[in-house]
Amino acid sequence: MADAVDYKALKNGGFMRQKQKDNFSLRLKVVGGNLTAEQLITIANVSKKYGDGHVHLTSRQGVEIPFMKLGDIDSVKSELLEGGVPTGVCGPRVRTVTACQGDQICPSGCIETYPLAVEISERYFGRELPHKFKFGVTGCQNNCLKAEENDIGVKGGYQIRWDKTLCTLCGVCVKACRTNALSVSEDRVVLDEGECNNCGRCVKSCPTDAWKGEPGYIISFGGTFGNMIAKGNEIFPIIKDKGTFFRVADGALEFFAKHAKPGERFRVSIDRAGWDVFKEEMEKVYHG
Amino acid sequence: MADYAVDQTVDITDVVCPVTFVKAKVALEELDAGQILSIRMNDGEPVQNVPRSVKEEGHKILKLLDNGDGTWSLIVRKE
Ligand code: SF4
Ligand code: SF4
Ligand code: SF4
Repeated sequence: MADAVDYKALKNGGFMRQKQKDNFSLRLKVVGGNLTAEQLITIANVSKKYGDGHVHLTSRQGVEIPFMKLGDIDSVKSELLEGGVPTGVCGPRVRTVTACQGDQICPSGCIETYPLAVEISERYFGRELPHKFKFGVTGCQNNCLKAEENDIGVKGGYQIRWDKTLCTLCGVCVKACRTNALSVSEDRVVLDEGECNNCGRCVKSCPTDAWKGEPGYIISFGGTFGNMIAKGNEIFPIIKDKGTFFRVADGALEFFAKHAKPGERFRVSIDRAGWDVFKEEMEKVYHG
Repeated sequence: MADYAVDQTVDITDVVCPVTFVKAKVALEELDAGQILSIRMNDGEPVQNVPRSVKEEGHKILKLLDNGDGTWSLIVRKE
């Protein structure tokens, strides 16, 4: 350790400098809020051996192990890696991709959140950009994961279709719908498409499965909940396939890289360039 | 759709979520398969959510009736 310590490189690699001299809180890489029991054991062991025996759960589903010593950094890293726990990142790049449990666990879920979070992470995690950039995936309109807090938020939804032959006009879906998009007439259920938010509650509640739901992604752009607070905006109707989603996400990152001043959040870049300009560019990539 | 006869009724308007569904579930457990239960519930959260939970338990919903007094009756056949 004769050379000057490169704190910036350490920070980029997830070692966050603490108040206490030569101590670092080590940020781990967690995708979609999931860790295996084995990973947790590894984390616990490292915390006991090199830290002070506690870990911190961050607001974005991350785990940090505090009180890592400068001299232990290499052994800490290799022990974690051996136990299948990669370290995280900080600085101006794509951060931890968060997710709720989605439709594989939660009865309300409309999409598989974890595999999507993994795909997003594999494609973008750590990518350098003008400022930090956050993705979050939530399974349905209940929005447990707060999609709109993220630079790009993904929310699961259903595109719905009604099958007249199966409907008994029981009226359950009309009450299950929270946006009053449905009503029952003489011989049919009437959908007011303008009021439908793709929540899928009609599909989930219909006793005869007369409502069919096709999963899709509702995307929001430009959310930020730090020093500046702004809710992400939706600019497209629900997206049906992953191919389109990734074209749009690629396009959004390119837009950010192209339009941002250094050190500026995505939201500020869109606001400055103009939402109409952003929307126009996004529409181009949306249609492929 | 009036081809059912209610065997038992339960009133869940005096409890709140999640006890609403628990009370309905207990009432259903006391019935035999094929018997019909009428569940009286409040407008709002209960009528938005209880039908779906009943469906997820595998029972058959026949009808949802507006009682006109701010309550609804869900007609369920025990499966
Ligand atoms: S957002 Fe929806 S799918 Fe995700 S945990 Fe909440 S209720 Fe379940
Ligand atoms: S819940 Fe299903 S069966 Fe009942 S009215 Fe709606 S679509 Fe028809
Ligand atoms: S998807 Fe949701 S908002 Fe749309 S009609 Fe069904 S319940 Fe209503």
